[in-house]
Amino acid sequence: MENRLRILLLSLAVLAAGCSHMPWRKDKANVEPPPPPEGGSTPVVIEPQVERPEVKPAKIDTENWEAGAYIGSLSVEDFEVNMVYGARLAYHISEDFFAEGILGTSDAGLSSFERLSGGAPLLTDSERQFTYYSLGFGWNALPGEIFLGGKHAYNSAFYLTLGGGATRFAGADRFTITLGAGARVLLKDWLAVHLDMRDYILDVDVLGANKSTHNYEATLGLTAFF
Amino acid sequence: MARLAACGLLIFLASITMAQAESLTVTVADPYIEMRTGPGRGFPVFDVVERGASVEVESRRTDWFKVKDGRGREGWVYKDQMKETLVPAGVKMPIDDPGREDFGAHRREVGLLLGDYGGASVVTVYGAWAFNEHLAAEVAASHILGDFSDGQYLTIGLTHVPVPEWRIQPFLSIGTGVIRIQPDGTLVGTPERTDQVAYAGVGVRAYLARRFIVRGEYKEYVVFTDRDENEEDIEWKIGFAFFF
Repeated sequence: MENRLRILLLSLAVLAAGCSHMPWRKDKANVEPPPPPEGGSTPVVIEPQVERPEVKPAKIDTENWEAGAYIGSLSVEDFEVNMVYGARLAYHISEDFFAEGILGTSDAGLSSFERLSGGAPLLTDSERQFTYYSLGFGWNALPGEIFLGGKHAYNSAFYLTLGGGATRFAGADRFTITLGAGARVLLKDWLAVHLDMRDYILDVDVLGANKSTHNYEATLGLTAFF
Repeated sequence: MARLAACGLLIFLASITMAQAESLTVTVADPYIEMRTGPGRGFPVFDVVERGASVEVESRRTDWFKVKDGRGREGWVYKDQMKETLVPAGVKMPIDDPGREDFGAHRREVGLLLGDYGGASVVTVYGAWAFNEHLAAEVAASHILGDFSDGQYLTIGLTHVPVPEWRIQPFLSIGTGVIRIQPDGTLVGTPERTDQVAYAGVGVRAYLARRFIVRGEYKEYVVFTDRDENEEDIEWKIGFAFFF
């Protein structure tokens, strides 16, 4: 009788040990069953009840986007300086780099040639509109703080940008390279003031030969992070 | 243009009001974590939170987390320190932080390419969505800027990466789309035309750092014109992309 019980208990133990190595039990804790106690009472196989909490990355509000508008002056080469306004959208990829897109428009003035010759204007009103877009990257070269008096400190960054895009001017879309430098001052963690200087480099063929023109722009903008 | 800007502003205002912070409280497990005045290494440390204290995570900007400590002070903590904090479940805070090992296994990619299409300058923005490590669908919008004509084309295609484990990954691409060519106003008698295109190409994308990719590609296009002969164009482009 005792022999039979031992065989029964041993086979139970072997079965339990075998089951604990089954592939579908990989996730469970690997616990050896206790040896059958002497004397023959039924062994207690303890199933560990470890609750593993599933932890997923928390849905923290990310504020990597920045959007806003700007206003300033644009000097269209040979066509006077005029008011420019536009919109800007940026995505901050890391603390050092961001991708940005800008879209702006201005109305160019009269060229000296048109003014002095007194002849027919070179461009129609719609051709005189200077509308551009530029897509590119920026580098926060000098992050830091600016101090206003003794009580106020604002986070700031001086950045450099490089972009490519197109400008519609004088009846054609023209490939444009944009170089820029700017300063961003954060009034609040979510609100920033920008001072930007940009150079739009494009070929223009209005005054005879096709020539590379530099069109400088200085703007003041307001953006929000979201 | 003004209408476009107004629309943009409206969308932007709506998204601000919709962005509601979901807060999470974590416990500091390192000897201390440093709170900075801004989200960047250039900003000074103004406070530390000791081991055992709790902070509330309010938002994240790039690799920096805005937290509020028990005394109500707000500051920015770097991701490497946040990774060592414990969430209420008692385990380290899981943080979404892509690196080299994610390049190749990533799902989404967005980039900007500049180059030359049949002798004209071209600007392309593309987005890709990967079905698996080898195969991705791509949508690209391009603007062609030539001396005598301008144009746009929109394509959809497939790219295949044979070896997604490499740091520099060659790929093959095929696709189709539509192209619109507008001759410059000064050229008389050449009408604007819209045609279907198909392309095949090869390219290389390489991991730079963090989420960045540099990418170059060469493509051959066939424009299915309604003239006697189809037009063939060669395009090369280079640019940057990032994955997420």
